[in-house]
Amino acid sequence: MTTRRGAHSQRGRPPRALVLLAALTLTFLLVPFAALLQRAPWSGLIDLLREPVVTEALRLSLISACLATALSLLGGIPLAWMLARTDFPGRSLVRALVVLPMVLPPVVGGAALLFAFGRRGLVGGPVYDGTGFLLPYSLWGVVAANTFVALPFLVVTVEAGLRSADLRYEDAAATLGAGRWMVFRQITLPMILPSVVAGAVLCWARALGEFGATVTFAGNLQGRTQTMPLAVFLALESDREAAIALSLVLVAVSLAVLLPLRDRWLAA
Amino acid sequence: MLRADVVLRLGALDLSAEVEVADGEVVAVLGPNGAGKSTLLRAVAGLLPLDRGVISVDGEALDAPDAGIFVPTHRRPIGVVFQDHLLFPRLSAVDNVAFGLRARGMRKPDARRVATGWLERVGLADHAGAKPGALSGGQSQRVALARALATEPRVLLLDEPLAALDARTRLHMRAELRRHLATFPGARLLVTHDPIDALVLADRLVVLEAGRVTQEGTTDDVVRHPRSRYVAELVGVNLLHGTAVGDHRVRLAGGAELVVADPVPATDVAVAVRPQAVTIHRDEPEGSARNAWPATVAELEARDDRVRVQLAGPVGTGGGGQAGLVAEVTPAAVAALGLAPGTAVWATVKAVDLAVYER
Amino acid sequence: MFVPGRRLPVALLWATLVGVCACGDDGAADRSGGTASGLDGTITVFAAASLTDAFGEAADAFEEANPAVTVELNQAGSSALREQILAGAPADVFASANPSNMDQVAEAGETAGEAVVVAHNSLQIVVPAGNPGGVEDLEDFADDDLLIGLCAIEVPCGDLGRAVLADAGVTAAPDTEEPDVRSLLTKVASGDLDAGIVYVTDVVAAGDDVEGIDIPAGVNVVAEYPVAALAGSGEPEIAGAFVDFLLSEDGQAILTSHGFGPA
Repeated sequence: MTTRRGAHSQRGRPPRALVLLAALTLTFLLVPFAALLQRAPWSGLIDLLREPVVTEALRLSLISACLATALSLLGGIPLAWMLARTDFPGRSLVRALVVLPMVLPPVVGGAALLFAFGRRGLVGGPVYDGTGFLLPYSLWGVVAANTFVALPFLVVTVEAGLRSADLRYEDAAATLGAGRWMVFRQITLPMILPSVVAGAVLCWARALGEFGATVTFAGNLQGRTQTMPLAVFLALESDREAAIALSLVLVAVSLAVLLPLRDRWLAA
Repeated sequence: MLRADVVLRLGALDLSAEVEVADGEVVAVLGPNGAGKSTLLRAVAGLLPLDRGVISVDGEALDAPDAGIFVPTHRRPIGVVFQDHLLFPRLSAVDNVAFGLRARGMRKPDARRVATGWLERVGLADHAGAKPGALSGGQSQRVALARALATEPRVLLLDEPLAALDARTRLHMRAELRRHLATFPGARLLVTHDPIDALVLADRLVVLEAGRVTQEGTTDDVVRHPRSRYVAELVGVNLLHGTAVGDHRVRLAGGAELVVADPVPATDVAVAVRPQAVTIHRDEPEGSARNAWPATVAELEARDDRVRVQLAGPVGTGGGGQAGLVAEVTPAAVAALGLAPGTAVWATVKAVDLAVYER
Repeated sequence: MFVPGRRLPVALLWATLVGVCACGDDGAADRSGGTASGLDGTITVFAAASLTDAFGEAADAFEEANPAVTVELNQAGSSALREQILAGAPADVFASANPSNMDQVAEAGETAGEAVVVAHNSLQIVVPAGNPGGVEDLEDFADDDLLIGLCAIEVPCGDLGRAVLADAGVTAAPDTEEPDVRSLLTKVASGDLDAGIVYVTDVVAAGDDVEGIDIPAGVNVVAEYPVAALAGSGEPEIAGAFVDFLLSEDGQAILTSHGFGPA
């Protein structure tokens, strides 16, 4: 009887059908990466990566993804809390609206953002006329677009975490005299930390890869609003090899962030 | 002084009960699962709002729906020891105990100092730095108690405080808990389904069944004079309901009549018979027993070195809340009488072995 | 500045941008199997984005003349289309917005015969209706205070646009370089940009939402639109017929009505 190395779970070997399906799915996910690696211009790669186009796009991507995640945490956790713990009229509608950016084609999201915050937008128009401030064509426009599409991932994950959190500890804290804010900070938040981390990771990854809403809302200008996905898209038009190289950089950066995340930070 | 007049509905439970606990008193709310004991406690703690009624401590209303008053949990002068202890898993023992003090604004070093003092009182000073996961059941229960007491509440609530412990630990902790409770000056209300907890820890019992108080009094009183089947079963006596017919005669719900030695105190009475006082004969007996009736053996149950015999017959069946009567005999008697389910027998009880009291 | 009347057409322009994909045919199933020309089948035409409206109309007309034929249009930037063809995408006809993309396809042996130029186009400055930015000529493209858009250099209209600016001696200060000409046009039409450089045909296509400002002929460029049937086509006869149609009087009339210069 041969033992299958690597196929052990903590509770003994998994059923064969599951292993097969998982293997097929994994193959489906990995083959595109393998194809990418195979076509990579390995010889000219280093020089390519030093080009300002690449370094600026990467810098913008990382900065905007991090800012978008920070904003999503700041606004998304309270929103998730409202959805999970309070009962207000129209709650289902609000939840559907929160999920909407996940369902909308990103370009449509970008167009909607323009209608709202563009120079002639519902909110953007009066703000521009009054103060001259404009979101599009700036880094904050990129951050806004990223946040718009990535926020729902965080909200959905954190809401699930809140719903499954053990309320009894919060009761205990209340009996000891902790007000609602203290309960949230000291009891709830540490309890839901795994889902917050998982949500933040999803959010960051989505923001990093965001293209449609960004180019539609914030535009495309090297050094100011041209993020990596945009650079890749344009490079595909003219310089295939550059596009592949850029894609690999994006993959490498994402892996560098995702790999160190340990299981136990993500486990409930 | 805690006054709780609780009327609320929760799911299938319809709770309407009044409990009063004076300072220095320990009152146990005793009842079967689903009776509403925890619900009552949660209402006092403010974790559930009342539909009607009043909850007040030392005259100050905490929950009075008619007057529109509801004091949220964190502002009530209460301390709670929960069934599963609920120690915050990421905090050490001393930080758990200090939690309530910090919530009230005490600075960390001061809070830790006071908390350590409480841990000493429960004998866990050298476990101050341990995380709850590293503590045994008994230890975590003591930390939970210290945590609740550290904020010096006016009322202490305990929800099945010993339920999460294994039998051995429970034995030991019961005595310990009694000692610690004795040092707390305020009102203490505990809910439990274990009658021994109630007997050991409480001064007064309130029996709660299906959302209603069925009996209350000192533990002694309740045990001697059970007024509901639940309590009777707890205490281990047969309980029969009947009405007085004459000074020394009681007619039972099923129609049979019993002669009792003591004068019947009221019209509606309960008659208690210890299983050990019921004698079983194969043939109609002679002798001084004034109460004899034919019965059939329904069931035999071995218990320790006795056998409990369930008898079906005119005494006990129908009404009165108890079907059948339980007699307790030795295994030798079972053999000698040839008892088996279905056997026809005669049962007798002496009038002096029947306790009669007002229902 | 809220101008409600302009909203709907702009929204439709956005919808077009969003729905960049093959569309084009409408109810070919309704047509009877007439044999006006004897042609029967379906062809896929890869057309540069700037040819969208004109080719849409041309395809309809071609289908009317050939009831048993269905024309499906795939519109995108010329370079994206070139890549797709080189990667083996099934196409019958390729219409590029510049000769360079067509040459690359031809060099790879993908064309069936010689490509022919079916239309010309030149560039124009486009501003939102009412010209809120007060743009007058190419010099304004260096103005930092104005919101300026160009096509990205990787697409033909961006390449040509920069050539025009260079010839005019203007150092542009763009705020965005849109990945295709349609999205640039849409942003100008909605007022999110003060000016851009697009094709004359685009200005015509955007109708009342925009205004065009001529670029002096001395610096302006003339873009050629080569069309060719493709070697990998499954319907070479129909493909060839379509190219012929574009060159015919009817086809040319359609093209010029959209602002193109004749072949």
